[in-house]
Amino acid sequence: MKRSQTHAPALELRGVAKAFGQVVALRDGQLTLQPGSIHALVGENGAGKSTVVKIIAGLYRRDAGEIRLNGELVDFTSTAEAKQAGIAVIYQEPTLFPDLSVTENIFMGRQPVGTFGRIDRSRMRSEVESLFSQLGVAMDPDRTADGLSIADQQMIEIAKAVSLDAQVLIMDEPTAALSGVEVERLFAVARSLRDEGRALVFISHRFDEVFDLCDTITVMRDGSYVSTTATADTNPEKIVAEMVGREITELFPKLEAEIGAPLLEVEGLTSPGIFNDISFTVRAGEIVGLAGLVGAGRSEVARAIFGVDGYRTGTVKVDGKRVAPGKPTAAMRAGLALVPEDRRKQGLVLEESVARNTAAAILDSISKLGLITTGAENRAARPWSEQLEVKANAMTTLVGTLSGGNQQKVVLAKWLATNPKVLIIDEPTRGIDVGTKSEVHRLLSTLAQQGMGVLMISSELPEVLGMADRVVVMREGRITATIDREQATQENVMHAATHGANEETEHAA
Amino acid sequence: MSTAQVMSTEPQNGFVRGLRKLASAREASILLALAIVVLIATLRNSNFLFSPDGYRDLWLTPSLLLLVAVGQAVVLITRNVDLSVGSVLGLSAYLTGRLFIDMPGLPVIVVMLIAVVFGALLGFVNGALVAFARVPALVITLGTMYAYRGINVLWTGSDRINASDMPKEFLGLGTAQIFTIPVLTIISVVVLIAVAWWLRNTRAGRENYAIGSDPAAAELYGLPVTRRVLTAFVLSGALAGFAGVLYAARYGTINSQAGFGWELDAVGAAVIGGVAIFGGVGTVWGAAIGAFLLMTINRALPVVGVPDFWQRAVVGVLIIGAIVLDRVLSLRQHRKLIEEREVAQ
Repeated sequence: MKRSQTHAPALELRGVAKAFGQVVALRDGQLTLQPGSIHALVGENGAGKSTVVKIIAGLYRRDAGEIRLNGELVDFTSTAEAKQAGIAVIYQEPTLFPDLSVTENIFMGRQPVGTFGRIDRSRMRSEVESLFSQLGVAMDPDRTADGLSIADQQMIEIAKAVSLDAQVLIMDEPTAALSGVEVERLFAVARSLRDEGRALVFISHRFDEVFDLCDTITVMRDGSYVSTTATADTNPEKIVAEMVGREITELFPKLEAEIGAPLLEVEGLTSPGIFNDISFTVRAGEIVGLAGLVGAGRSEVARAIFGVDGYRTGTVKVDGKRVAPGKPTAAMRAGLALVPEDRRKQGLVLEESVARNTAAAILDSISKLGLITTGAENRAARPWSEQLEVKANAMTTLVGTLSGGNQQKVVLAKWLATNPKVLIIDEPTRGIDVGTKSEVHRLLSTLAQQGMGVLMISSELPEVLGMADRVVVMREGRITATIDREQATQENVMHAATHGANEETEHAA
Repeated sequence: MSTAQVMSTEPQNGFVRGLRKLASAREASILLALAIVVLIATLRNSNFLFSPDGYRDLWLTPSLLLLVAVGQAVVLITRNVDLSVGSVLGLSAYLTGRLFIDMPGLPVIVVMLIAVVFGALLGFVNGALVAFARVPALVITLGTMYAYRGINVLWTGSDRINASDMPKEFLGLGTAQIFTIPVLTIISVVVLIAVAWWLRNTRAGRENYAIGSDPAAAELYGLPVTRRVLTAFVLSGALAGFAGVLYAARYGTINSQAGFGWELDAVGAAVIGGVAIFGGVGTVWGAAIGAFLLMTINRALPVVGVPDFWQRAVVGVLIIGAIVLDRVLSLRQHRKLIEEREVAQ
């Protein structure tokens, strides 16, 4: 560590800017990476982190500013050049070739070759084996990349970076899809790479991870550099304040709402092997949090209620009337709306405009003689977009180009336009920056106040505890506890999520 | 731990493992199907295999399609398709004939070379349009398929080149044999081996698979996608051009319709041989065996007594069957891998 202070930084960015047409993605990108350090890059979605990464990776070319690698000016025109210079990037969703073997994936484009350009397979094989033992990975090098978990795919990306002898390793939200054990394994590898003297950049929305892993934190906001601090000298509150440019006094603005008649009644819902005997009620004005670990069957319950999947037994009633199983259209007509977990795949058409996406669920009501005009779509979409403050240049902006938070707002707008009685929302703030998060929370709260019933599935305990009037906890497809707002604590919710309802008695017997 | 075990057991079992891998390969099942077809046809009529003509045709008929199918397979592996190969074949066959008529002094080998280069050039046009203009290959090559054929018709008119217009030594190529195996077949197989080696053992070859497996990832890896796609089309064009020359040598007559419909036979052969239509999977060996199977079935059906009308339908069923089989197998494999993962956790 001392040695690194006297050396030139491994990578240095100064005043780097990038614009796409009218939209300025990056005004003033700054970053100073020391060798032997893990550097966190944090900021709200849309703050310009990804743009910085893509410029370093050679995917985009900067409009202005300078990049120095080990003190020397560089200008990458392609990802191949950046790679050549020793920069490796691990994207949130690793990009591997599913049909090729693990070994080929690691060496593609730079396989060791012998005479006549013949690839030296045995050398490739032995290098992979030594790489894997160095990283502590137990994987068959001959298997195809198809079917690997995200964690294993990331290990391949890391193995690739190490085999390149990359001195700068950038990880863009690597933990978003990982389980606790997998995160630990990733961190162990990251620390050992740091100890070898490499420079790592770690991008994450999870502060506990940032503070656990990184020694330096650089904050970005609105495409500009804000600050760089040693982790030891700061705390999450300060970082959040710098990210949003304001102190967040109330992360979960919960409004008082009058609890009314039951709107959604679920009784004895069972789908063998997936969930069992699920019963709960959501009343008007109520936010019910559906908590539990990932894989507890919460999303599956939501999908069954909305009719995306069928169920074997049980009933779903909206406003006292039964909803036919397995028919999303019936669920929509009954007044249900489902904002899915994976908005990019299930909630939006990324290649279409904001207007088109917003109006997608109400096409019947805005069509004239079965025809739909862009004008009608825009008219129908505008009030909702404005109300939710979707930040887009125009109604014609492609949804795929928006930030995660704004995409979520578009999905919300789409379903609110159907004027639902009950809103089911799955992981409402996943992958959304802090500022937009509290906007989403305020919005949910307002909707409940106006008499809507909200069923909120969330893996973030503070969110559940802060927002929900009642917490329903699931574990392995069963409801293990229903806890009122006043009684709910991190401890008892977590306990219910990890222990069966009857476990204690079983132990006693 | 697991790697150490693999290390220790592999060397002894290398041969056995290789053999097992060979037997379980997609290509093996097609080879088996081919053997069965030949067997049945021969049982019905022993002339199918044991008469001199039958034996020769068994080798000769698929040889030209083999060349075209090999080129097609390379293009398919990069997640593209080349529908213009039939037209390229026709043009280059006619060019061959014209060269013999208009420039009588030209040595045969030079004429062949010119025709191959001409085919490569037409392939380059396809490749450049696909790689630089970023228009799907299906659209581009559908266009050039008609365009090249149109040029052919314009150029040839109602003209026809006959065997008498071409030198004897050249036509001899079409009938010559070495150790009972037709020279045309030997030439095709040599080309097949060369392309197969290139595809399997060189960076460029492997990169074709990578590009077809996931084009976006190939971009991120910094692979020279444009160059590789261009090369694949040039190769496909050159092989179609070469097949055109051999077409002239074998049939001796060339009109403006030479090679008509071959593009679909080539795609069919590749797909039957296990080349994935969406790229990334398959070998030229498979495509070659597919070409053999396709042509041999065409010849076997009349022998077995299947009416004319049904012959195309049988080929169609074969192609659909191959695609469905591949799809089912790959889905099953995918599910198996996911399940293994769940179990491991």
